[in-house]
Amino acid sequence: MKLGLTGHPGTKYDLPRMIEVQNLRKQFGSTVAVNDVSFQVQQGEVIGLLGPNGSGKTTIMRILTGFFPPTSGTAKVGGLNVETDSLQVRQLIGYLPESVVLYPEIPVTRYLQFCGEVKGLRGPRLKSRIEAVIAAVGLGDVRKREIGKLSRGYRQRVGLAQALIAEPALLILDEPTVGLDPNQVIDIRNLIRDLRGQSTILLSTHILHEASVVCDRVIIIHRGDIIAEDSAEALNRRVEGVFQTLVRAEGPSAEIAAALRGIPGVEQVVEDPQPNDASARFKVVSKTGEDIRKQIARTIIDRGWSLAEVSPITLTLEDLFVRLVKQARADEATAN
Amino acid sequence: MQRTFALYKKEVRAYFATPLFYVVATVFLSLCGLFFYQDLNFFTQFGYGVDILNNFFQLLFVDMATKGMTFTIPLLTMRLFAEERKLGTIELLFTYPLTDREILAGKFLAAATVFLLMLAATLLYPLYLYSIQPYTFRVVGAGYAGLILLGMVFIAVGLFVSSLTDSQVVAGVGSLFLVGLLWAVSWNEAAGSDQVMRIVNAFSTFDHFWNFSKGIIDSTDVLYFLCVAIFFAYLTLRSLESRRWRGRR
Repeated sequence: MKLGLTGHPGTKYDLPRMIEVQNLRKQFGSTVAVNDVSFQVQQGEVIGLLGPNGSGKTTIMRILTGFFPPTSGTAKVGGLNVETDSLQVRQLIGYLPESVVLYPEIPVTRYLQFCGEVKGLRGPRLKSRIEAVIAAVGLGDVRKREIGKLSRGYRQRVGLAQALIAEPALLILDEPTVGLDPNQVIDIRNLIRDLRGQSTILLSTHILHEASVVCDRVIIIHRGDIIAEDSAEALNRRVEGVFQTLVRAEGPSAEIAAALRGIPGVEQVVEDPQPNDASARFKVVSKTGEDIRKQIARTIIDRGWSLAEVSPITLTLEDLFVRLVKQARADEATAN
Repeated sequence: MQRTFALYKKEVRAYFATPLFYVVATVFLSLCGLFFYQDLNFFTQFGYGVDILNNFFQLLFVDMATKGMTFTIPLLTMRLFAEERKLGTIELLFTYPLTDREILAGKFLAAATVFLLMLAATLLYPLYLYSIQPYTFRVVGAGYAGLILLGMVFIAVGLFVSSLTDSQVVAGVGSLFLVGLLWAVSWNEAAGSDQVMRIVNAFSTFDHFWNFSKGIIDSTDVLYFLCVAIFFAYLTLRSLESRRWRGRR
């Protein structure tokens, strides 16, 4: 599927800088949803907004889509202010909201026809666009079915189809894979990859892995502020930079800990007792990139203790946050 | 304009896709048929010495408005915003290149269309009567003009209440209450002092409809209905705008 650039006729767009957000703030009463956020997105980039639920991702997206204006600060899409040129901006954007809900009683093609017409498509062009998005997201089998009778995965595709119908220059996807089964998640991710290079994509997720797999660049948001902004590769490095192993063994815990500390490459051993687990548990932090599971296993077995488990601990988003926040504080301290 | 029309088409289709419209139309047409039969019967049997046709039409139009439309139009308008809120579809709608005015216009016109369809079906009764006893169309014309204007006011009220809530039931009961209140303020005219009653009467839909039912189209009454409809449309726009500071859809 080819996605050209249409937008609103007669409007000048500054597309190379697709998104420009400057000191954005959004408050609801006394609750601060977005504190002070600034970032830029170039045309053609795939950007991930990464953060836990409630961190302000959806609020940023709703401001960009013109759903509501910011309390202060400016947001520009294609060089146009989302507040003052709201209609032209909306013309540029295809949006998939988080819990994608569509009119249940309307059949798929008719719904897409409605979306296309509302976005200004007419006649043969509308027809060809409907066919194109149906083919692109794989809705051919269910095109005449009512949306309410479709499975979650298909409904998500209809949501994606309506976002794509008017060839948006900017695609905003709020948690596009949430609530889908693993196969559907892979389908949607592949679709997003297919769209790379045709449209600028801003997507939000709370899954670290997803952000690092799909996006060129990741903006990490925590409690309404950007705490890190990095390329996907660098993010991967940050994630892989911490190598943690969980060790469960039967034996005297102090001695086991001492033995583990003696293994070359081990930086830190932390005891990690669990109430429903009688065995001695440790988190072993090792140097970058070294797999020390074999050494750990040998060490424990050679000393005559019994080994229950040796497994790598994957870094969660929470761990990453803790590290990032610590890092930011350390940077601040050195700067002072 | 074309975008508004796209939304309008979607809304009209939605009416015909769900059973609600058919149920409402059945109730409305049955009620109107009953009023026609009863009112005509009443005047032909007991209407000695009065202008049977004019009195009959006056009673018929008041019945259609008070009982027929008051109870059915809120059922037509209740889902327009409340359902979109409940489903969450309103979030997407607000991010499409449509202004709030265009959204309101699309929904208003859709409700007006199905209402006019229902009303058009009731023309059968006066036409049937004409086939038995020819009469001048003036009274019927004015009566229907009044019913149409009143319908627009009821739809505007219904849309406003529907924009306040995400519950269709609350929207339906709420607009029924508000529409009923607009009718009922002047029912007990003896209850207030002269000055109070003059003001109350000026705001009562019933008092302004009265002239239409007698076959008189007064520009004051037309203006009144248009103003009330515009007033509620204005309130609806303010209500839609509240997402800017409430943050919820």
